[in-house]
Amino acid sequence: MDLRAIAAMPTDAEREAVDGVLGPAGEDLPTGLRAAKTHRTLLLPGLHALQARLGWVSPGGLGYLCGRLGVPPAEGYGVASFYGLLSLRERPAAFAHVCDDIACQVAGAEQLCAELTARLGPAEHLPHRADAPTSATRTAARWMRSPCLGLCEHAPAALVSVAGPEPRACAFGRASVARIEAALLGARPDTPETLLGGEGPRRLLARAGAVDPSSLTDYQAHGGQRALRCALELGPAAVLREITDAKLVGRGGAAFPTGRKWEAVARAPEQPHYVVCNADESEPGTFKDRVLMESDPFAVLEAMTIAGFATGAERGYLYIRGEYPLATGRLAHAIRLLRGEGLLGPDVLRSGFAFDIELRSGAGAYICGEETALFNSIEGFRGEPRNKPPFPVQSGLFRKPTAVNNVETLVAVLDVIRDGAAHYASVGTAASPGTKLFCVSGRVGRPGVYEVPFGTRLDALIQLAGGVAPGRRLQTVLLGGAAGTFLTPDELTVPLSFEDTRKRGASLGSGVVFVIDDTVALSPLLRRLAAFFRDESCGQCVPCRVGTVRQEELLARLATGGSFESRNAELALLDELGQAMRDASICGLGQTATLAIQSALAKFRPHSGAKP
Amino acid sequence: MTQPAVELSVDGASVTVPAGATLLRACQAAGVDTPTLCWAENLTPVNACRICVVEVEGARTLVPACSRVAEPGMTVLTDSPRVRLSRKLVVELLGSSVDMSRSAEFSRLVSRYGAQPERFGPKALTVAQPVKLDNELFVRDFARCMLCYKCVEACGTDAQNTFAIALAGRGFEARIATEHDVALPDSACVFCGNCVGVCPTGALVFKTEHALRAAGEWRESEQTVTDTICPYCGVGCTLSLRVQDNTIVRVTSPSDSSVTQGHLCVKGRFGFSFVEHSGQHKP
Ligand SMILES: Cc1cc2nc3c(=O)[nH]c(=O)nc-3n(C[C@H](O)[C@H](O)[C@H](O)COP(=O)(O)O)c2cc1C
Ligand code: SF4
Ligand code: SF4
Ligand code: SF4
Ligand code: FES
Ligand code: FES
Repeated sequence: MDLRAIAAMPTDAEREAVDGVLGPAGEDLPTGLRAAKTHRTLLLPGLHALQARLGWVSPGGLGYLCGRLGVPPAEGYGVASFYGLLSLRERPAAFAHVCDDIACQVAGAEQLCAELTARLGPAEHLPHRADAPTSATRTAARWMRSPCLGLCEHAPAALVSVAGPEPRACAFGRASVARIEAALLGARPDTPETLLGGEGPRRLLARAGAVDPSSLTDYQAHGGQRALRCALELGPAAVLREITDAKLVGRGGAAFPTGRKWEAVARAPEQPHYVVCNADESEPGTFKDRVLMESDPFAVLEAMTIAGFATGAERGYLYIRGEYPLATGRLAHAIRLLRGEGLLGPDVLRSGFAFDIELRSGAGAYICGEETALFNSIEGFRGEPRNKPPFPVQSGLFRKPTAVNNVETLVAVLDVIRDGAAHYASVGTAASPGTKLFCVSGRVGRPGVYEVPFGTRLDALIQLAGGVAPGRRLQTVLLGGAAGTFLTPDELTVPLSFEDTRKRGASLGSGVVFVIDDTVALSPLLRRLAAFFRDESCGQCVPCRVGTVRQEELLARLATGGSFESRNAELALLDELGQAMRDASICGLGQTATLAIQSALAKFRPHSGAKP
Repeated sequence: MTQPAVELSVDGASVTVPAGATLLRACQAAGVDTPTLCWAENLTPVNACRICVVEVEGARTLVPACSRVAEPGMTVLTDSPRVRLSRKLVVELLGSSVDMSRSAEFSRLVSRYGAQPERFGPKALTVAQPVKLDNELFVRDFARCMLCYKCVEACGTDAQNTFAIALAGRGFEARIATEHDVALPDSACVFCGNCVGVCPTGALVFKTEHALRAAGEWRESEQTVTDTICPYCGVGCTLSLRVQDNTIVRVTSPSDSSVTQGHLCVKGRFGFSFVEHSGQHKP
């Protein structure tokens, strides 16, 4: 391989940042293709370190990082330019990402952005926008718009990072110009506690809010580590049986039976096996995993350990979105404590079982929540989904058998193992046993995370959350997320279970319940959803790369009345486009990118000229 | 050991292919003409363009024939309404965003599927952009780039192992780039021209060809192609020399050549144009 070094010599700061991840340069990493394959997984951590130290990924820093890892600079650049949180243009050290996604939009994000423009100057263009300045352009912008930051219950939200030798990052809700400015100067604006509500037994949220998330002792005092001890006693086969008997279904959106997934990995002849916790949570309106990780980090790690034990893996990766600094910090602290106490490491609880967990941060890419894109991201490649088959249980992380699960799915495992499958199924429906977390946001009295048994009616859940404000009328509910379904007020009697929603052409998705009252205009909301998919498409396949742009253009024409054809012709075109995207796109993003929008256009006439 | 065979049905006909063969191969065996754009005999499939999708009974979505491995008992439909609709839309989406006018295969697909790229309106966003002229040997006209990944593969593990170019950016702004978009002569590029050799849309073209086309003097009907063996070293690569008015206007190598698999080095690819234009290797 002929790797030409990027001309610029690294500065001391660039070296420090990279060496902080890779170790001192003296003990140079071996070069050559074979080595590049093993060390390449350090590419994204290295890019993060440069971004945190300098506020951007500079040519000198990228060249030095690529040189040490044996990664071709063009590929390093290709990876860096994939992520929304990494800048390839020089920026001020203090920088704000301001959410203008759906929940923040209805909480006044446009007003906030206008005020910010007046106060801080214009926003930086998204780096991947067609009209963005060329990469050589220097920018002095101090903020940019962002997709959902997973703080929807406290909308509007912002994420502020301050680069330097001791970098800081802080995500907070109730964002205002004053709070954002204070954060840019180094303050940490507080965010109120998230409201935890629900009905029936509290399982997933059993410890949240009650336990000290920084104390292993307190976790154990609240029953922590009992499930792991049970699992070690039961043995892998019995653990698998309990999970299968409990009919545990994945909570990441695809609704796949967890038992079947784990059994397939456990049986896979190829070694080693891996477990991955998918904590990328970037579906607009979703924040339940953040709340679980912030309030009960040891539980997530305990469940990953059980997953490793059951599937025969010695290593787990927890991939958390880069926009969650608080959860990341708490998990890192928890992992250190667990290692110190022998609950992670070469001999877990002196059982002879070896297991350790590595924490990896995403860098601003919704698509990296798709399981195969997530593997590519960890491996140091662009977060482009892979074609399936082969499925992750055969060929996943590092092309090895991998069990990947959502945070909530894993936390549910603890209850199944500790109390048994029968007890687990004592609430919920026959096909969807147990409880489920919902992220209720939008125009409701008490937005927050709600735990209810599967089968609870949607209107009952909305009542638990306070309903819409007095005197207001509920207009519609977006159920499931950006790839979910808009429901009419008549449809809110639907029981929240996998089977009942499926019967009505909807899905639980990632547990989003986004409530919209009659004060909200649907048209800008739909356009924001379309913009989300367009911005977050990885760009790999034609139906999605171009199709998401065409959908966005079509909605713009409908909204502004600039239709070159009749409304019906436009809707017919969207129908065909949606069908082709569903059928021919590589992954779930493109396959579902038109669903919510089509459901709204079919049920409402948000662009027909009259009031929404 | 002989490979076990796989039997499946393609459009109602029973076909048998070796284990591990793709559905594309099965379609060929059944005599079905399956379009491809991002696939090539001599490159690893990336299944990105999706023009080759077919319907497999029982599958939720369509599957890419170019990379999906045939399984025993599969029932494959290659011309169902779903397949035709998706292929038509892929053609329309590409045609409305990329200048595909230099691809004969693409024009054929436009008629075959009755595609109307203009359906997306006169203001449909495109990848139109100025031509990149930064070296003496070839130009990069990315308004014609359909992101088939072929050049990246040819520059990387599939042929050249130079890794001078890669995908950068995301979504509609994804593009082929060097690190920080530096000019090719400042990158790792060794000017083997293998990327030019595999580009299906004319986004990457030799400078001679680009100049002739710009001057309106590119006359394909008057050109002849002659195969010869490259004289520069002992490897013995087959060269196909395309000649117009006694000038070599394009040098390629057959992709089924056992020596080259279609790929060459800078000497074979550009050695002749050095002679004629006395240009330099690196500008
Ligand atoms: C575009 C896209 C984004 C996704 N994002 C997430 C995510 O943020 N978190 C998650 O758990 N699953 C996400 N998924 C689903 C994962 O691919 C995978 O199915 C899931 O992590 C499996 O875990 P489960 O079985 O516990 O649900 C996403 C899927 C797609 C197509
Ligand atoms: S569907 Fe979209 S996100 Fe998924 S692989 Fe294709 S372009 Fe990428
Ligand atoms: S000419 Fe050769 S080295 Fe240069 S970009 Fe093309 S394939 Fe890569
Ligand atoms: S430049 Fe040509 S070969 Fe490269 S991706 Fe674009 S169309 Fe394909
Ligand atoms: S934090 Fe703004 S929409 Fe979720
Ligand atoms: S030829 Fe199969 S996806 Fe492009």
